[in-house]
Amino acid sequence: MLKKMFIIAFVSLLGFSAYAAPKYGGTLVFGRGGDAVTMDPSHATDGNTFNATIQVYDMLVKFEYGSTRVVPGLATSWDVSDNGLEYIFHLRKGVKFHKTRYFKGDLSFTADDVIFSLKRQFDIDHTYNKIGGPFTYWLSMDMSNIVKDIIKIDEYTVKFVLKKPEASFISNLAMDFACILSKKYADKLLKEKRPGDLGRYPVGTGPFIMDKWIKDDRIIYSVNKEYWGGRPYVDKLILKVIPNNSVRAAELKTNQIHIMDFPNPEEVDSLSKNSDIKLVKQEGMNIGYLSMNMEKKPFDNKLVRQAINMAINKKGIVDAIYAGLGVTAKNPIPPSIWSYNDKINDYKYNPDEAKKLLTEAGYPNGFNTDLWAMAVPRPYIPDGRKIAEAIQSDLSNIGVKAKIISYDWGTYLEKTKYGEHSMALLGWTGDNGDPDNFLYVLLSSVAAKKPAQNIAFYRSKKFDALVEKAKVITNIEERTKLYMQAQEVFHEDVPWVPLAHSVVVVPVRKNVKGFKIDPTGSRRFDQVWFDKE
Amino acid sequence: MFEYFLKRLVWTIPTLLGVSLLVFSIIHITPGDPALIMLGEHANKEAVEQIRKDLGLDKPLVQQYLLFISRAIKGDFGKSITSGQDVIIEFKDRFPATVELTLVSIFIAILLGLIAGILSAVKRYSIFDYISMVTALAGVSMPVFWLGLMLMYFFSVELNLLPVSGRLSYQFYLESITGLYLVDSLLVKDFPAFFDAIKHLILPGIALGTIPLAIIARMTRSSMLEVMREDYIKVARSKGCSSTRVVLAHALRNALIPVVTIIGLMFGVLLAGAILTETTFSWPGIGKWIVNAVYQRDFPVIQCATLIIAVIFIMMNLIVDLIYAVINPKIRLE
Repeated sequence: MLKKMFIIAFVSLLGFSAYAAPKYGGTLVFGRGGDAVTMDPSHATDGNTFNATIQVYDMLVKFEYGSTRVVPGLATSWDVSDNGLEYIFHLRKGVKFHKTRYFKGDLSFTADDVIFSLKRQFDIDHTYNKIGGPFTYWLSMDMSNIVKDIIKIDEYTVKFVLKKPEASFISNLAMDFACILSKKYADKLLKEKRPGDLGRYPVGTGPFIMDKWIKDDRIIYSVNKEYWGGRPYVDKLILKVIPNNSVRAAELKTNQIHIMDFPNPEEVDSLSKNSDIKLVKQEGMNIGYLSMNMEKKPFDNKLVRQAINMAINKKGIVDAIYAGLGVTAKNPIPPSIWSYNDKINDYKYNPDEAKKLLTEAGYPNGFNTDLWAMAVPRPYIPDGRKIAEAIQSDLSNIGVKAKIISYDWGTYLEKTKYGEHSMALLGWTGDNGDPDNFLYVLLSSVAAKKPAQNIAFYRSKKFDALVEKAKVITNIEERTKLYMQAQEVFHEDVPWVPLAHSVVVVPVRKNVKGFKIDPTGSRRFDQVWFDKE
Repeated sequence: MFEYFLKRLVWTIPTLLGVSLLVFSIIHITPGDPALIMLGEHANKEAVEQIRKDLGLDKPLVQQYLLFISRAIKGDFGKSITSGQDVIIEFKDRFPATVELTLVSIFIAILLGLIAGILSAVKRYSIFDYISMVTALAGVSMPVFWLGLMLMYFFSVELNLLPVSGRLSYQFYLESITGLYLVDSLLVKDFPAFFDAIKHLILPGIALGTIPLAIIARMTRSSMLEVMREDYIKVARSKGCSSTRVVLAHALRNALIPVVTIIGLMFGVLLAGAILTETTFSWPGIGKWIVNAVYQRDFPVIQCATLIIAVIFIMMNLIVDLIYAVINPKIRLE
């Protein structure tokens, strides 16, 4: 008994020392490939901007650090009406906007700030609607067709009225474009006739306060000691722009930066061997796929699509072209998203079986087709041309002769949206961590209307019924069940060959603790601390 | 001479108009709708239409062009499509970094290039001549990004003598007064920052300066050799001038004319074309800004940058002409 107690005490002591209490202080430098374009994320679409603004701003709700689960942010709780058309948010009290050298006015956070920040994005009569360029993300998330109005109930309560029930609405509000800015600051800028400064000198409620922004060089932040989510550990945060991946790695090795984004795949190995550096990894929230245009023969035939799925050696492609920074995909959503159906058995790579299916489908000698490949690297398809060549060679083994076609990125998107292709490589990076953002947006019949996002032109009543039902209910367990079933339907119909999810690798100095990769692509540092500097 | 200068100045107007028209039409001929590129995979029809409208892309081309010209004259290049900020402010944020790097590289190039060129000419067919000219040939043929990475690898990562990249170490910060860190650090008497800035300038300065250095060295050498054969050099020698005086006062002054032309043009080229060096050394200048703008089809930025670069080139040509007149009085008389 005594021995047992001793062991328990010893183990708990060990555990305690392994998870030593975080230390405060230090300057954290994060090296990345490009600079932010604006400090007003509602106008931006790129990760470099969002990673600069997420330090400064908060949203009503936020993604839990390192996951896609939605947790309270500037709103402490919310109620949804039974018909799913009204959301009432209860705002956090006592939150203050940052005191900066450019704004020292009334810093309290209230319902007015929420209404200002979001309403300017869709109310065309709003003064700020025409300032700073289009609200691209609001538009691309189709928010204008979701949100009807935002109403102030009292200083700390806001009501959103929706045009239609939309379960992923709450996840959308956790995205960077829905960040909350100070209305009083915006009013002051307007009065001083320099409203554009909203995009240069940010005033937020977030964990860090922006001190300086030297364009294309660095953004310097100091800690927000009064942060409502708890004081971040480091005193200072610097986001440093280092465009060349190898140079960024050299800066990490020489300790001029502590965390780096996007290492060259071929350099990951050498970085991992450095005794001062460790690798933090996570599957990205994305999917790279080969879509088969079901409006064109012979892809209207399910057997043909299944045969193509069996004919392609995904593992080979991932090993050769993703250079270890990818995993093969079997579902249209990545494993980092809730409701991922892991019970599904992927089509095994089997050219003989594929050939049999083709014969059964009436194409014993194969057929000729075209295979489109994008000319630009994307997060989910690092090299479209090379992947297309690998697929071309795999398909030739079952008698399918594919001609590779490429266009510049803009034209490629345009032409595929109108279904000019037979087979096309494409992919998707998730926005809000909601399965709807993949399944409905990429595979529903609605999305197959030209210009289409669903470029397989997959139209299945069964699939539609499931994802449409899941869209209007807010209970997460029920939604999960529906999305799991939808993935089964997809697996049977296979409008795509799901190819791969890329893996995100972030090399960090070993003395940097507490860093997690957000699946949404955010880089947050308020939980990060130095063990010893 | 003043009249000549004015005449040259007036002639720049049609040149500039031509440049602007060219830039404007080239962008519109290249495929790819900026709205679609901005939205990427997320583009839906309404969003694309909305953005085209917001950016004024739905207006006729002629109207877009006239609007652009009338504003540009007032120094208003509109707002960047990607950032929504005034293009001219974005430009001012980045231009000093490019100027500082260019000045340092051109300084390195002129200093070393002239010395190497003169010595090679004077000591023709010597070991020094062979070595410096072969090195110069190598310098001209060297890809800048490769040279940059190699310099970085040896001097920063292996020997740990110089910083890898950037303009200042993260421990330092300088408030922008002129935007030139060497000047700003001296103005606020922050000497550690001054030395840190110098250290940061060495490697990119060498990388960017190598090609001009090589060209200047080779030009100086051949030009000097030509001049040294002239009769007035023989006269000077027979008068009993010291050979230093012959070389520096009599030969060099005449030999410099073609070299000055090259230096002038190089300066323009470096200002506009330090893209590779800037990218390699994380140098926050205009190079990368312009390339990004091209990728993003950010019309206002491309137009602003191209016009300003055209102005710089034209100004450099004017300055070269003026320097000519100073060096060579014969030109003044024409």
